[in-house]
Amino acid sequence: MDPNIKKTKNSADSANYPEAIQSPSQFPDEVLEKVLSMLHSHKDRSSVSLVCKDWYNAERWSRTKIFIGNCYSVSPEIVARRFPRIKSVTLKGKPRFSDFNLVPQNWGANIHDWLVMFAKVYPLLEELRLKRMTVSDESLEFLAMSFPGFKALSLLSCDGFSTDGLKSIATHCKKLTELDIQENGIDDVSGSWLSAFPDNFTSLEILNFASLNSEVSFDALERLVSRCKSLKVLKVNKGIGLDQLQRLLVRAPQLMELGTGSFQQELMFRHCMELENAFRNCKNLQILAGLWDASYVYLHVLYPACSSLTFLNLSYATLRSDEFTKLIAHCPNLRCLWVLDTVEDKGLEAVGSCCPLLEEIRVFPAHPFDQDINHGVTESGFLAVSHGCRKLHYVLYFCQQMTNAAVATIVQNCPDFTHFRLCIMNPGQPDYLTDEPMDEAFGAVVKTCTKLQRLAVSGLLTDLTFEYIGKYAKNLETLSVAFAGRSDWGMQCVLGGCPKLRKLEIRDCPFGNAALLSGLKKYESMRSLWMSACNVTMNGCRLLAKEMPRLNVEVMKDEEDDSHVDKVYVYRSVAGPRRDAPPFVLTL
Amino acid sequence: MESIVAHENDLNLKATELRLGLPGTDESEKESASCTKNNKRSLPECAEESAKNDDLDAQHGDCEAAPAAKAQIVGWPPVRSYRKNSLQQKKAEAETGFYVKVSMDGAPYLRKIDLKVYKGYPELLKALEYMFKLTIGEYSEREGYRGSEYAPAYEDKDGDLMLVGDVPWEMFMSSCKKLRIMKGSEARGLGCGV
Repeated sequence: MDPNIKKTKNSADSANYPEAIQSPSQFPDEVLEKVLSMLHSHKDRSSVSLVCKDWYNAERWSRTKIFIGNCYSVSPEIVARRFPRIKSVTLKGKPRFSDFNLVPQNWGANIHDWLVMFAKVYPLLEELRLKRMTVSDESLEFLAMSFPGFKALSLLSCDGFSTDGLKSIATHCKKLTELDIQENGIDDVSGSWLSAFPDNFTSLEILNFASLNSEVSFDALERLVSRCKSLKVLKVNKGIGLDQLQRLLVRAPQLMELGTGSFQQELMFRHCMELENAFRNCKNLQILAGLWDASYVYLHVLYPACSSLTFLNLSYATLRSDEFTKLIAHCPNLRCLWVLDTVEDKGLEAVGSCCPLLEEIRVFPAHPFDQDINHGVTESGFLAVSHGCRKLHYVLYFCQQMTNAAVATIVQNCPDFTHFRLCIMNPGQPDYLTDEPMDEAFGAVVKTCTKLQRLAVSGLLTDLTFEYIGKYAKNLETLSVAFAGRSDWGMQCVLGGCPKLRKLEIRDCPFGNAALLSGLKKYESMRSLWMSACNVTMNGCRLLAKEMPRLNVEVMKDEEDDSHVDKVYVYRSVAGPRRDAPPFVLTL
Repeated sequence: MESIVAHENDLNLKATELRLGLPGTDESEKESASCTKNNKRSLPECAEESAKNDDLDAQHGDCEAAPAAKAQIVGWPPVRSYRKNSLQQKKAEAETGFYVKVSMDGAPYLRKIDLKVYKGYPELLKALEYMFKLTIGEYSEREGYRGSEYAPAYEDKDGDLMLVGDVPWEMFMSSCKKLRIMKGSEARGLGCGV
């Protein structure tokens, strides 16, 4: 569609187009589009498009970035029809529980049909950001060949491709600024893809290959880093050792974000000094990650860079509390910290003392499957952090034990939580001091943290937790539930309350058809519902599908029991039932 | 009620196998048994579950036989596959011992010890003293192992013979290829003031 056609309509005089004066907006389209082009939030744009037809049109013409939270909620054709000028696409595919192996292979969310449509309608596409999508090497090659101005590729938690696909990207995308490959289930054939960047290629700003295992040619990497003067983010994989890291840092002192490789190598004292100096020269370094197998012996080389760090990701470094404490003392400006629970409560106490500006903390389990080991963190670590870091608003905490009282104190200390994800690793575990359910803990969270957007609950929970959630969590958008609740009533409370609920994911809970059906009216205002290993049956799902034709109700059946539903995924869609459902997915 | 998900092509027969051992002791940590811990849950809905429970009884068998043993549940705790696999790798590395040969001058055969067992030099030296029935004495930077007939040495990655104790423990661990307990006269060069 020629954009010029639209413009001439309004430059004609009002005698020919009386509607233009009488139209409620009163603005010529150019002005409206100009104003709207300054709107970036897709939520704002959504609201704008609902005002009136003029605004809907102005908005769709001016939108260049599109965010699709569920790739099946809409189709490539519908997107292409509505938005003629897209340069950046973000697509999310599989339900989040696929990260934990709850979604079988070949479920769908394949990017290819989207790419074919984009090649037709958006030849000037520059950015593609995918999460939990299936991407093949052929698709990557197609992408590399179809969009001459392509700049940014980000693949997070995707599957289906190999390093050969990355080779196509490196070879053909002459204007690439970003290649961000994170935590994908891919075929790591070889590291030769990195060598495929042409010698005259200099535009790279972001390179993240930390989660790839195969070794790349260090020589090729060093030359690439040397010639890409705008490189801001570099995250290398484990194959890069400390002396190589030093050489890279010398070439790229302008880095803002660094992911180190393996941090364990025998270095002579002289090389240690050189590495420390290299870090000292990185004046813009704000984010540090990697630190695989970080040997405490070498952490001191980081100290010169620590004071300016805002985000430190130690979630792959098994540091003990004493080692970690020494390091964290050098990081007073941290806003965000990811650690392993090997730092223990003592380490977290140090965080509370040293990092008053901390806003986000994630504590991952080093031994998630060894529950008999007496390690990890407890409620006192969390308490210590909440006591010292009053600005905390995001927490992800894996622990072996928790108490209601501790959580109540924690949210008193930090009432601004927007994301509260607590994982007591033993399912159905009560307050270990009182032996009571953890209902009051989450009750305290929802009552105190009025800005709460995301909540993940765990431990022994009765329906009372869900009564609290439904009643108090007015801003809650995402709720994750596992091994909790007593009856349908729990889920009914959530669906009856929580006015802003968008994503609800439930596993192993005693919620059945009555609960499922109580949300009939609500599901259209939500992105999706996931229920697995609950008490839902085929009849319940069929009824839901029948009553709500604009919802896709996808069922994965129980192997043994024909009537029992193993997994059900419900989502709103304007595209109708999907045509690429595999045999084990039944769309009702 | 639990998802009995076959991990890709695996029939997951292990899940139905009755064992008394701890789960995970035979490398099946990546695969998941489909039994949850039901001994902690007192939820009434368990009774309402009809067909499912019967299927799980066979699997519950090994849960109840060894109360300390916790069978793994699919996708729990909710740790992403990538992170999970990295941890498995680390664990595997941590569990394989780090055995090095120990030779003593004059002894008829060599011994082997697992360096990973020791937390630092004092423990290692004690172990060597015990194994070879000798005394090594105290380390000092200046004098090495003065006052002792024996000096512990090791061969590093470059093939050089080094005195045990000079470098930090972790560095020693990563560079030690084999140990050698040197005797009196030979040890003089290494700092034994005999």
